[in-house]
Amino acid sequence: MRTFGSLLVRGLIVGLFAGLLAGTFAYVMGEPHIDAAIAIEEAAGATHTHETGDAAEPAAAEEEPLVSRDSQRAGLFLATALYGVALGGIFAVAFALLRRKLRTPSDSYAALGLAAAGFVGVVLIPFLKYPPNPPAVGDPETITKRTITYLLTLVIGLLAVWAGVAASRWAARLGEQPWIRWGVGGAAFVATVVAAYLILPAINEVPGSFPATLLWQFRFASLGTQAVLWTLLGFGYAAVMDRRTKSVHAEAVTA
Amino acid sequence: MPTPARSVAVPAVSPRLLALALLTVGLLLMLAYLVAFDQGAVSRSGMYLHELMHDGRHLLGVPCH
Repeated sequence: MRTFGSLLVRGLIVGLFAGLLAGTFAYVMGEPHIDAAIAIEEAAGATHTHETGDAAEPAAAEEEPLVSRDSQRAGLFLATALYGVALGGIFAVAFALLRRKLRTPSDSYAALGLAAAGFVGVVLIPFLKYPPNPPAVGDPETITKRTITYLLTLVIGLLAVWAGVAASRWAARLGEQPWIRWGVGGAAFVATVVAAYLILPAINEVPGSFPATLLWQFRFASLGTQAVLWTLLGFGYAAVMDRRTKSVHAEAVTA
Repeated sequence: MPTPARSVAVPAVSPRLLALALLTVGLLLMLAYLVAFDQGAVSRSGMYLHELMHDGRHLLGVPCH
């Protein structure tokens, strides 16, 4: 049996690698769109840095940005790596606490299933309700509202996944056929998501003049970055768990 | 459907484990907060880290200004 600490350290390391590779994906697929969006922003005469804050101050536009564009491109890797470490650690804690409740003898399926559930709850559900926006889109005045609604969709996304799993387990009493369990589970999941989507406020701050193609490409790159992160997290954790299982078998054989 | 004991790779859930898990998740959420939302309150670096990780925040789908 693995201790909590060793499960956690594995998650942190897998998360670091997943984050760095997601950063590489984001650098190749996302950075050109961020540059294009910033060019639009600068052409519109708006300043992007939060630092300058008061737009009414004419001197603000003249100031050197706090962090250069090149540093921000490098900072992308710092951001995805740290985010990957945080997600990997939380993933490992979830694995440690939920492993016994997952009805599979395979640690691989457990890790992949948890990663899939996490991706749907933490990424896909928030993405569909509040798709991410490139620089130049978004009203600084509404950042608090957008942050809260984003975090709400994230929590509701995880709740919806939980509701789906709980409902499908309950439905197993009605019959073991997959169409009953998947149907009831899927219905509970969809009902939770649709209710949340209807209750939460609509937010659309994309200016009419913003190029639709660029918006689509940026959002697709953002979704891809997070898909890479969660996929590698799931497969990476399944892989490190597998090595452990083998060593246990070896010990059992030699013992 | 009971899981074969051999494949369970995790320690038994105990109050001590739950406390440890809670503490760990708290610390890691602070790290995620540092990347996603912090504007100097946690990092103590003013807006420097916030601006440095700007592109990552956008591409990780976090709402930004």
